[in-house]
Amino acid sequence: MTVDFDRLVLDDVTRVFERRRALSHVSLTCEAGEIFGLLGPNGAGKSTLLSIVATLLSPSAGTVRYGDHTVAQAGPLLRARIGLLGHDLYLYPELSARENLTFFAHLYAVEDVTTRVGQALERANLADRADDPVFGYSRGMRQRLALERALLHDPRLLLLDEPFTGLDDASTHALLDRLREFRAGGRIIVLATHDLDVADGIVDRVGILRNGRLLDAGRGGESLRARYRAALLAAAPAGGGGRPA
Amino acid sequence: MFFRTALLVMRKDLTVEVRSREILYTTLFFAVSCILVFAFAFVKEGEVLGDAAAGILWIAISFAGTLALGRTFERERHAETLRALMLAPVERSAIYVGKLLGILLLLFAAELVLVPLVALLFSAALFSRPVLLVGLLAAGTLGFAAVGTLFAAMLVRARSRDVLLPVLLYPITIPVIIAGVRGTALLLQPNVDQAMVVMWLSLLFAFDVVFLTLSLWTFEPLMTD
Repeated sequence: MTVDFDRLVLDDVTRVFERRRALSHVSLTCEAGEIFGLLGPNGAGKSTLLSIVATLLSPSAGTVRYGDHTVAQAGPLLRARIGLLGHDLYLYPELSARENLTFFAHLYAVEDVTTRVGQALERANLADRADDPVFGYSRGMRQRLALERALLHDPRLLLLDEPFTGLDDASTHALLDRLREFRAGGRIIVLATHDLDVADGIVDRVGILRNGRLLDAGRGGESLRARYRAALLAAAPAGGGGRPA
Repeated sequence: MFFRTALLVMRKDLTVEVRSREILYTTLFFAVSCILVFAFAFVKEGEVLGDAAAGILWIAISFAGTLALGRTFERERHAETLRALMLAPVERSAIYVGKLLGILLLLFAAELVLVPLVALLFSAALFSRPVLLVGLLAAGTLGFAAVGTLFAAMLVRARSRDVLLPVLLYPITIPVIIAGVRGTALLLQPNVDQAMVVMWLSLLFAFDVVFLTLSLWTFEPLMTD
């Protein structure tokens, strides 16, 4: 049995860590076939929001709906449709690229594991280093491998936290092409980044977070950098801190 | 699917350990050092103090277990791979069982060295009732590792996890250690009171059932936050 959904809805989501409010009354919607850019300075709450959407954290208040489903109803079935590329890469350094991918493929009950892993290694351009331990890889190689790990089970919802970290120009463009391909395939993509130049050409809608509050959520179009600065400056008297990029 | 996932996680942990051999070597080194120090203290001119061998064996197992538990989850924390496991579409309690099986195999491997060493250094007749000894070790190690795996997973993000793990673990597992020590001490007597050994063994099984049930029940909610 699988669950499917074409919309992600966060409704008034708040997350509190002891006395610190990491997210405050965040509401947003992401549709299938679009890339939602989640922008904001360090500590704005982007990773917390992605962790909640990925089901790794529970919201302190508010709800997250995946189409008609919630985590409480669908649990593991829902997680089978989510791919997360975190700021940390979720790879075992002692294992080779092939072993890492094979382990996660089995964990996600992927069919025809050998073929899928072989294809993923080709896409990551790591076929010739597939049996080397990951600890010997460069950051860029590990980043490419981590992306393939996140995509191995063909997720419906793809969550990316600073996915361009450590990638060279060629790898960045390859990743952007893959994201466009995923968008065309009707997936929901949430891209958290503070690299406005890279995000500018690819996101369809943006949400700007600062101090856990969503300042702006709407369609792309105008210069992302101008919009980002405007949103942060507009909020500056109320919140303070967090210089615009 | 539950046991398949548990075996998958266990196999992954063992593969990582075979590559690094870090936990087995450090655990063994620590436990053997511990036994040697006690041997110098408690063995005088070939005479051993009371039931010291049983206590020292279980102290070495529990210290080694604490070290192994901490290191196993430190590995998962290092690359945040525990989050990747939590994200997988499997029952999270299956991941707990997989981690527990990995720890158990490591501790059993350590016990293969520790038990003969204690028997040798303390002239202890540990092998007089091998089935009962294996039963006590298996049940005691399971009870200790069941609670330890849960606590080590819970504390993986705590800043002072290395201090907190023994502080939380030892008070909770005191009944397991007492039952293990008393049962093993009985095996060292010239006339083994088998009924009493079985009583301690039954007590250990009861602890195992309680601790395993509680751990399986609480792992998912504890790991979600």
